[in-house]
Amino acid sequence: MSQDKPKRKIIPNKHPMPFQDPEIRNHNFDEVALGYSEDTAVLEASRCIHCKNSPCVEGCPVGIDIPAFIKMISERDFAGAINKIKEKNYLPAICGRVCPQESQCESKCTIGKKNEPVAIGRLERFVADWEMAQGIDSTPDIKPNGKKVAIVGSGPSGLTTAACLGLKGYQVTVFEALHVAGGVLIYGIPEFRLPKQIVAREIENISKLGVDIRVNAVVGKLNSIDELLEQGYDAVYIGTGAGLPYFMNIPGENLNGVYSANEFLTRNNLMKAYKFPDYLTPIRVGDRVAVIGGGNVAMDSARTALRLGAESHIIYRRTLKEMPARHEEIEHAMEEGVNFEYLASPIEIKGNEEGRVTSIICQKYELGEADESGRRKPIPIPGETFEIPVDTVIMAIGQGPNPLVPQTTPDLETNKWGNIIADAQTGATSMEGVYAGGDVVTGAATVILAMGAGKAAADAIDEYLKG
Amino acid sequence: MFEILLKEELAPKIKLFKVLAPELARKAEPGQFIILRIDEEGERIPLTIADFDRDAGTITIIFQEVGKTTDILGTLEAGDFLQDFVGPLGMESEIENYGTVVCIGGGVGVAPVFPIARALKEAGNTVISIIGARTADMLIWKQEMSHISSRLHVATDDGSLGQKGFVSDVLLEILGKTRVDRIIAIGPVPMMEAVCKVTPEDITTMVSLNPIMVDGTGMCGACRVEVDKKTRFACVDGPEFDGHKVNWELVKMRAKMFAKEEKEALSYHRCGEGECQCHRTNQNEK
Ligand SMILES: Cc1cc2nc3c(=O)[nH]c(=O)nc-3n(C[C@H](O)[C@H](O)[C@H](O)COP(=O)(O)OP(=O)(O)OC[C@H]3O[C@@H](n4cnc5c(N)ncnc54)[C@H](O)[C@@H]3O)c2cc1C
Ligand code: FES
Repeated sequence: MSQDKPKRKIIPNKHPMPFQDPEIRNHNFDEVALGYSEDTAVLEASRCIHCKNSPCVEGCPVGIDIPAFIKMISERDFAGAINKIKEKNYLPAICGRVCPQESQCESKCTIGKKNEPVAIGRLERFVADWEMAQGIDSTPDIKPNGKKVAIVGSGPSGLTTAACLGLKGYQVTVFEALHVAGGVLIYGIPEFRLPKQIVAREIENISKLGVDIRVNAVVGKLNSIDELLEQGYDAVYIGTGAGLPYFMNIPGENLNGVYSANEFLTRNNLMKAYKFPDYLTPIRVGDRVAVIGGGNVAMDSARTALRLGAESHIIYRRTLKEMPARHEEIEHAMEEGVNFEYLASPIEIKGNEEGRVTSIICQKYELGEADESGRRKPIPIPGETFEIPVDTVIMAIGQGPNPLVPQTTPDLETNKWGNIIADAQTGATSMEGVYAGGDVVTGAATVILAMGAGKAAADAIDEYLKG
Repeated sequence: MFEILLKEELAPKIKLFKVLAPELARKAEPGQFIILRIDEEGERIPLTIADFDRDAGTITIIFQEVGKTTDILGTLEAGDFLQDFVGPLGMESEIENYGTVVCIGGGVGVAPVFPIARALKEAGNTVISIIGARTADMLIWKQEMSHISSRLHVATDDGSLGQKGFVSDVLLEILGKTRVDRIIAIGPVPMMEAVCKVTPEDITTMVSLNPIMVDGTGMCGACRVEVDKKTRFACVDGPEFDGHKVNWELVKMRAKMFAKEEKEALSYHRCGEGECQCHRTNQNEK
């Protein structure tokens, strides 16, 4: 291999990821992307030119030393590479799969200016999977420091805080409302994109740090935040996510066959409705499904509907260019046969006398001036509507924070959308000893940002309790 | 895992469990519900809390075998375990001294009415109760209800016990004779709807809705109901609502969302015509 030579020709494209064939995978729930082999990973790693400023690191919300781990991969030191990543990221197998690399690390890659960037995400996934395959148990020795921290919510944010504090010797208890830990990673993101076994493995590793994960524990109902503090927890971290589904408030939205994306995905992912009736939770899609929205949640819903046997349509207010979903997911959805309807948004859902959805009526839009978010604002074109016959409508237009914790914690300040107000650097809230981060603070965002907030808060909690 | 400490058969296909769940029992209040999942393959189903004992750490639930999950539930015995048991969910009943309150329970609905009626009585109300069932042998908790009521009326559809007819008929008679300040009615949807029809708008009539649910924490919206023309999530905003403002048509319609699938599940799983023990073996392996 030529990576030691100072001058070499850059391979212009990423090494392709092996995928399940679209015509086969749109009928199953197995993972779509199969992962690099060792040899491909080494070749891809050698595309990195180790430029001077490593701008990729800046693009990483948790500041992983990307050039260092890539260099180790190119030297086949996979164990070294994974340990390097784990200095900053506790859930690498997950982030390698779901991070929006194209707008983070890979968007800054120097060779990416003229060619395709180094496939940083795929390499991260590769070493994380490699480690899992080795069955390495790298549980470090931990000295308990006798202090107790409660974590509310077991999504990526809460789990990261738990892992960081567990490593530092805190006695950590995680309270999770659902019957499985993992948050969106378990109930939202489908198996074909993030196998649940991988999430379970990462969670097992966190449990090995002595972290006690209590499922079926709804904070605010079972215990309030104040009660947790009274019970002897020295600090609390709130990572309850953005789980409250939004609806559009249009006529017909309560008809049978209209799901929130959360319900649709939870039935399928958490409750395994795709295995009905072996699993008892039912799901019904009918022949044709309309999914409203253009984010990851919409893509996941549309691709799940496809796999359940329906024809699947995404309806989005803007155009392909503005879609917030990961590029790869949009591409995969298209390859699998999801239809895309741009510049349209529903204004009414129609049903039959039994109350079942029969069609959806949409308003056509055009793009106007850019709004505050920098995206061009969709403007309705008067009189231009169309109707699509559908059996199911899935609303994937966003989620807000779940109000259970704020409602039962009078001293916790929230903003007008109900997000908990927390310091951007430390996660400190209006209550002493209470920290918050992830989607419940930022609104629906990304796994890596939720993790980053969890890590920052862990450092701040450590600082606070040492003080 | 949550142990079933006691099982009682109250009536044909109506069963009672006392489940050991001390943390939950410490917090439970009248009007709230739990969600349970029997085993790994199970669905999450909501059941209203029929009673709680903070000292013994138990929650009492009463259910009727009406579908796949409740069928399997009915095959469990004391000493068996439930995989998941989460709560207390939903808002608690509003308990104040209103004066005279009529508490109405129909079918298994008598169970959740019981702790509410008891709390209302403890708050100083005169509690008049009406309980009903299709037949005398389907009537549950008559004794329990009579202990906490100033007056107890019974109605059965066939007249095999108490007055022949519906609980709403009895209510109408009471309303003609007695000043009533508040009504609470829990039971099958047609019963609650009928009660709301016969009560004047100026008497607040609370009902407890039990729509299809998944998480029970406000995360999915499966439990959407319309109250006062606004969409509400029954699991967090309810389960109790002012019955005069409930869109009953929608409640009935949404209950049928998975009617076909529910039938399919029943026939698919009926491996031993009710004697099926496959889920019990599962339990014991864990
Ligand atoms: C379908 C879908 C696809 C997505 N795809 C991507 C993607 O490809 N890439 C990406 O980066 N991001 C993606 N996201 C966003 C990402 O998943 C979230 O930003 C991230 O999970 C937020 O993490 P969190 O820990 O803040 O909250 P969550 O993951 O939402 O976890 C919160 C947890 O808290 C629990 N909880 C809530 N209230 C209570 C309570 N009162 N008591 C106890 N527990 C409670 C919840 O049950 C949940 O388990 C996706 C989101 C969805 C819904
Ligand atoms: S059951 Fe999911 S929101 Fe109510």
